[in-house]
Order: sequence, then C-alpha cells, then structure tokens
Amino acid sequence: MAEPRFTAPPADCLISVRLDGITALYHRSSGMTHIVAEPVPEILAALAAAPLTAGELLLALGLDDDSETRPALMARIDELEGGGLVSRQ
Amino acid sequence: MRHQFSVKVGPRGFRIGSAWRAPVDALATLYRDYPAPEGGIPDHSVRLEPTSFLRRFIRPSLALGGGYTLPEAAPLPLSLGLIAAEMAMNLQVALGERHYLLLHAATVAKGDKAIILTGESGSGKSTMSAVLMSEGWRFMGDEFALVDPETGMLHPFPRPVSLKNKAVDVLSERVKPDRFGPLMRATPKGDIRHLIPDRASLAAMDKDARPVAILFPRFGQENATRPVGQGECFVRLTQASTNYTALGERGFTALSRLMSTVPATAIDYPDTKTGIAQVNRIWDAAQ
Repeated sequence: MAEPRFTAPPADCLISVRLDGITALYHRSSGMTHIVAEPVPEILAALAAAPLTAGELLLALGLDDDSETRPALMARIDELEGGGLVSRQ
Repeated sequence: MRHQFSVKVGPRGFRIGSAWRAPVDALATLYRDYPAPEGGIPDHSVRLEPTSFLRRFIRPSLALGGGYTLPEAAPLPLSLGLIAAEMAMNLQVALGERHYLLLHAATVAKGDKAIILTGESGSGKSTMSAVLMSEGWRFMGDEFALVDPETGMLHPFPRPVSLKNKAVDVLSERVKPDRFGPLMRATPKGDIRHLIPDRASLAAMDKDARPVAILFPRFGQENATRPVGQGECFVRLTQASTNYTALGERGFTALSRLMSTVPATAIDYPDTKTGIAQVNRIWDAAQ
C-alpha cells in the first residue's frame, strides 16, 4: 500500500500572526482560530507547497527520520487532521 | 408595551418596554443624563413582561423579552426590574453586536488614549474603573470594550456602573450621593447599586480613544505585576469576547492587531489605593 501523502490549505486560506512564541492561525474556510507552536507553521507551509509523505515532510523540515522524530511528527499531523488543517490523499 | 423608555448609550440605542411603570421610572432616573436614540430609532428592543397574566398583579414576576433572550433564564421579582432591564440590555449587545469586537472589559481614558481592564467577574475591574473616574479619568464603560476592527480604536459604551457589595461603600466615599441609583439588597449577586457616570464622560460618549495598555486586575491579592505575553493575552481575550467567533476574520484581525500594538500586564493588588498606583505607573510608562 502506498504511503499516504498529506496536504494543507493554500497559504491564502490561512491568516498567520506571530504572538511571542506561538502563532495564531485563522482558517478562512472554517472560521476557526488555531493557536499553534513550532513546528506547526513550518509543517503547514511545506504541505501547502506540495503534498508530501511523512518521510518527504521530515526531509523538507530538515529533521531526522528516526524512531523518535517520525512518531512525534505523526502526532502533530494527527492533531492537524483533527483540526481540519491537514488532509491525507 | 404600556410603559416605554428609550436611551442611547455610546453607539447603540435601546427601547425598553415594560408592563409596569416602576422599572421604566427607575431607568429614566438612572439614565437622566443620557441622550435619546438618534432619530428616535433604537438598535435594540427589550421587554419586561409578566410571566403569566396573574403574575402581572399577584406577586409580580417578570421575564425578559427582546431580540435576544436566554430561554433558561429564571423569572425575577418586579423589585429587581431595574437589574432585569440592565441584564436584558447587556444581552442584546453581547449577542447582537456585529460592528465592534466586544471584550468583557472596563475602559477608562485620558484625552484620546485609553486603558482596557479585563478579567473575570469579581476581579475588580468595574470598581477600579469607577474609582479612576472619581480621580478624573474619562469613564468609557465597565461591561464591554468596543474595539473598531477597521481602526483599532475603542468606542465608549458608558453604561451606569453596577457596583456590588463593598464596592458600593468604596465609591460612596468618593462620589456625591445624587450620582447613585437605589440600593438593591440581597439580589442574586448580593447588594447592588448603580453609579451614574460623570457628565464629562457621558458628554464624550461618541469620542473614540486609542488603547495603550491592557490590564488584567485581580483584587485582594498581594501587590504584584507581571507582563502578559501576546499569546496568553490573545487566548484570554478570545474567551472574554462575546462576539469574536461571530465576527469571523474581522474579529481575528482586530484582536491580533490589538496584541501586536498594545502591551498587557497582570496586576494584583490588595486594596484600591495600591491598585490605582499600579494603574498610574503603567499609564505613565505607556506615554
């Protein structure tokens, strides 16, 4: 089975504002506000540019694909899917 | 309805209809220094109605009616008609306002610069704003801060201050007796007495001010101040807003601009004197 690819809304669907160490995101499609921390803005930017697998996303973020980082990334992806900011293809 | 009263508070006009004369007379006294709605046309209507035909005459009991109501709200005795009218007016603004971003906050100003005092009920923001008014600040409101999403400016909404319990005594020492409404004892929120804003504040009820500081006061704590980060402040103010979600992108833009332009500070104070000193220090630093 092919590894899933993840995608995020185009940049113009999200308004992003840095507030100290966190980022407030307004999702125009849903009208929802999301408060997120690093590396979520970077994940969304990478997935908005092109659909990526988890491995490709780790590479795009400059992270190691190891037994700690990949599960941590997938946990963030799951949260973002639940919030409607990431979908899988 | 049989008895009616109309009034303009800041940018909004209200018409209050009542099956009884007493609440309307009390409102007319409390709002005696306020103008009528522009053109006589109100933005919001409120009704004080008997809960049943008999309850108009026997142990009179009133229910709140109007554009926005709370179905689960318990009826109130006629003796609390003034409080009921005030609650109903608040409700219309809290749920109906679509132009301004509403924050549950008090605001005071000097000239064209203002301070926002926000926090949960009981934090002391109403009392603090009334005390500051007694010290010469312009009172802009103690219930809602109205943020214009287009300009970031604050618009006054100077309703009478609803003083509770010991706050009544604090202000009685500072303000002439003729600026107070009737003392209502043993209401669901304790003893309540309204304070009519001073005439200078009411005369400026159409004059915007630019926010220069956001304060999170907590009365009854040890003297302390703490900077509040933009992220924490943003989250707390979304919780303090009754129409942030309804305004959509305009609400987000208004609030995020407020965060990026106005510093926020938590102030804990054991007594009024200490609290005023803290506010004055922060005000001076913001100039």
